[in-house]
Amino acid sequence: MQTARAVPEQPLAVRLTHWLNVPLLLLMAASGLEILAAFPQMGPQGEPASWYPLQEWVPPSWLRAGGWLAGARHIHFALGWFLVANGLVYLIWMAASGEWRRRAFLPRRDSMNALQTMAYYLRVRKIAPEQGLYNGLQRLSYTAVIFLAVIEVLSGLALYKPVQLSALAALFGGYDGARAIHLLGLAALAGFTVGHIAMVLLHPRALLSIFTGGSRS
Amino acid sequence: MSFSRRRLLALALLPACNPSRPHEGFLGLMERFNAQVQAGMFRRSKLAPEEPREALTDPEHFPSYKVAEDYPEAPQGWTVSVKGLVAKPLVLSLAELRKLPRTDFRVRHHCVEGWSAVASWHGVRLSDLGRLCGADPRAGFVEFRSFEQGQPEEGGPLVRYSSSWDRESVDHPQTIVAYGKNGSPLTREEGAPLRLYSAVKLGYKMVKWVDEVVYQPMPNGGYWEDQGYEWFAGV
Repeated sequence: MQTARAVPEQPLAVRLTHWLNVPLLLLMAASGLEILAAFPQMGPQGEPASWYPLQEWVPPSWLRAGGWLAGARHIHFALGWFLVANGLVYLIWMAASGEWRRRAFLPRRDSMNALQTMAYYLRVRKIAPEQGLYNGLQRLSYTAVIFLAVIEVLSGLALYKPVQLSALAALFGGYDGARAIHLLGLAALAGFTVGHIAMVLLHPRALLSIFTGGSRS
Repeated sequence: MSFSRRRLLALALLPACNPSRPHEGFLGLMERFNAQVQAGMFRRSKLAPEEPREALTDPEHFPSYKVAEDYPEAPQGWTVSVKGLVAKPLVLSLAELRKLPRTDFRVRHHCVEGWSAVASWHGVRLSDLGRLCGADPRAGFVEFRSFEQGQPEEGGPLVRYSSSWDRESVDHPQTIVAYGKNGSPLTREEGAPLRLYSAVKLGYKMVKWVDEVVYQPMPNGGYWEDQGYEWFAGV
């Protein structure tokens, strides 16, 4: 049905910011791993963190970008601003357009649906619960990944300026705490991305709409 | 000579974003932007937190770096000269430096590689030296030069280790020329007889084995900066 305020499934602003994220996140991750390779340990000198299972593990070169430490740092600190700007454009547009209503996870509205969807995926439940644009589980993961991104940006700022932003660094348990959280956040983002790609491949219509905008409602 | 379209595109993009020459093109533009952001955030009154004694890094685990083949030894009769845009150039021996007001602090060291470590340092504040020599306010930059020499390119010329700083960071209360670490005189590995130490810069900006401090109206490069590392490098 075509109404005066017809909104596509994926409005242009969503599509643009979504696809800009792809090269930006890839380059941020790869340059970040090149930076990690310069000191592939967690914890300060002389006190390697016992919880970290990958001490001394150097990411393989195909996962790294920048060629060397200085090159990777320049890429990381150059593109970081663009990633933040892209995220801010997205959030401001979400708030201004009201689109957050059908996208954000609102615990009271979406918790039950998220559990039912999970039950459906685990074959505990035979039929999928009813859903709008997204089901509760999608809303939960898409909202969680925004918080994850905020944590990545804040822990990254703490690493960049541990003295000028010492209060922020203290929030993460100091410089080395921020460094650990920054890396764990990357692992979580990578996990999200794998799951995200798997899910949209299983649901080709969703895949199409992030290119074309999809049908209007 | 024929170029494929892809090759042409790569050639066109290369100068814009080439991580092996990061001071140029897009990356260079962003480095200058980041330097402005960092200088804008900088407050001379903002001190790095004093670390507790328990946070001290076992001195054996505090890495030492050099660019020369061996840790350099101070020449006989070593002195440090403070000069450039100053009213009264100084030439100081270690004994004379020790007579100047001493500053101590225990702070976290941040290396460009990503590690941190804690030590206490003592020496003379650059802001005190600047007053003593009558450093000109128009000197917005200070270059620190070492008697250590490295060879950035194999078979290339020997280059003196140096680094150029913004004056604001130089005059920060936690920027000193240090002659001691953890309560003892510096060892040769740590930069004896005199090294720069600061809580507000990355490690490679803190020149060891210093023998010249030059107040300048313009920024200059430095040993690692000239190879592509960031110039401002504040923390």
